[in-house]
Amino acid sequence: MQLEEFLEASARVAGGKIALVSGERRLTYGEIDRRCNRLAHGLAASGVARGDRVMIFLENSVEAVLAVFATLKAGAVFVMINPTTKAERFAYILNHCRAAAVVTDAAKFESVRQCLDGSSVKAVLLADGGGGRPNGHRVLSFEDVLADEALSSEPPPKRSIDIDLATLVYTSGSTGRPKGVMITHLNAITAARSIIGYLENTSDDVVLNVLPLSFGYGLYQVFMMFRVGGTVVLERSFAYPAAILGRIVRERATGFPMIPTISAMLLQMDLTKWDFSHLRYITNAGAAMPLEHIAKLRKLMPHVKIYSMYGQTECTRVTYLPPDQIDARPGSVGRGMPNQEHYIVDDSGNRVGPGVVGELVVRGAHVMKGYWEMPEATDNALRPGPLPGERVLHTGDLFKTDEEGYLYFVARRDDIIKTRGEKVSPREVEDVLYALPGVAQAAVIGVPDKILGSAVIAVIVPRGGAQLTEREVLRHCAAHLDDYMVPKFVEFRDEMPTTASGKVAKLALCREARENV
Amino acid sequence: MKDVLRQFINDNFLFGLQGRTLSDDDSLLEKRIIDSTGVLELIAFLDATFGVKVQDDELLPENLDSINRLVRFIEKKSKAAA
Repeated sequence: MQLEEFLEASARVAGGKIALVSGERRLTYGEIDRRCNRLAHGLAASGVARGDRVMIFLENSVEAVLAVFATLKAGAVFVMINPTTKAERFAYILNHCRAAAVVTDAAKFESVRQCLDGSSVKAVLLADGGGGRPNGHRVLSFEDVLADEALSSEPPPKRSIDIDLATLVYTSGSTGRPKGVMITHLNAITAARSIIGYLENTSDDVVLNVLPLSFGYGLYQVFMMFRVGGTVVLERSFAYPAAILGRIVRERATGFPMIPTISAMLLQMDLTKWDFSHLRYITNAGAAMPLEHIAKLRKLMPHVKIYSMYGQTECTRVTYLPPDQIDARPGSVGRGMPNQEHYIVDDSGNRVGPGVVGELVVRGAHVMKGYWEMPEATDNALRPGPLPGERVLHTGDLFKTDEEGYLYFVARRDDIIKTRGEKVSPREVEDVLYALPGVAQAAVIGVPDKILGSAVIAVIVPRGGAQLTEREVLRHCAAHLDDYMVPKFVEFRDEMPTTASGKVAKLALCREARENV
Repeated sequence: MKDVLRQFINDNFLFGLQGRTLSDDDSLLEKRIIDSTGVLELIAFLDATFGVKVQDDELLPENLDSINRLVRFIEKKSKAAA
């Protein structure tokens, strides 16, 4: 089975049902399926072949969803890019995956254009605005492709099989360069099925999603609803909470996926002003929800099931806490999801029992194929499993279990910072800081933050005589990093604390920063 | 009032970034100038600078999402308080 068959099957059995709501637009399964067929033929006519990579650089929108399924129908591999990504990172990913096409909009095309010369890109598809050939690059518009009667609106022939790639998901790695997690159709379908199983999703569900589709947790909301024939309401952000809560009420949403940043904002509000009687469940992932949030939400919405979950891009999802356990073990992220095995190992790879901290290892058909063209990083994450030739995922996350096997997250093995539910590589931010004249030494750390989970903090030792200000540093970061990676504060120091081996003593920095914040 | 708002947005969200200009009607969200935590900072600023207390059900783009909308909202709230 292929991932795009989620859409095709729902279009067959419920073609007239509303699948997607975005702003004022409401599209049925039939409309989406037909449009994606034509767009897929358009991509193929532009030279996109089976297995080629198509980058999708758009805000949450109808066009972003169409682009995902059109790419899959063309037998190609979609690569979602966070809409706040700046030119350098975009160019790195484009060249790393050798993209054959880019789907974006007129506003972002300006920054895309500078990466095109000499690249592998054969076509650019614009979600809005006209086409043409600026600078000799072939640019098509959605409007023109959809209106092109020469392109069939029947599905293109299926050439891929389920172990072919469906998507590359770029994620921050401790080495500083983003890694492309290779997810096959089988990986994605397996994860979606398991999640649908424990959330008990049906075609009656209406999920309101504010998380970016460039974030796996956001993207899977679409896959899950399309699989069961439900409805997804897409929003771009939780920035204006009253607007989102109004939307939840008006659309009679049954599911609301959250990250701790959202629950922190919600709980500052008087929620009794809105009627959530139709809401069936809330999920939390990205980072652990603080226990006080869970307790308050339970009290405010006793009828709503709360699912604490844990996952990582490399296998999408690992655990969920059955909602009937949330009052008994609120600090746990639960047990393994259906059709998955996991265990905890010590440094020598031996399995450990309850109460002992070790690395979580995951086994199942949802585990990635590896990192795109990064054999060393792949070998580090995927290591021999119980069956001959099999490879299992070493998550790099430290866990322990209780006597009944419920899992408790302890820490990351590397220094990756989780902020607003997204991973930030300190090294990637440090590399940007070092490019700023006047920076002699830079260290990036995460400190606990009520709203963000962790806040990114830059510690800088200026070069002798350099007059750096926090504002200059933040401006430089904002120009070169995705929004969520930009430090919250900058701390200037005369010297950096070091360990006996001469490395920056990040633990000491974290401890001191915690005392100051 | 517009200048004060513009200065705040410039200092806190644009960091005086070259090449990012903002007109009075530009959407702060669409232009990616503000995000969830930015709105919280904006609310704290409205309280501290203009004495405007934003109620939960006023956390809407209609009230907060551009310089002109902010001006109208502050004026309306100030009048109601007077």
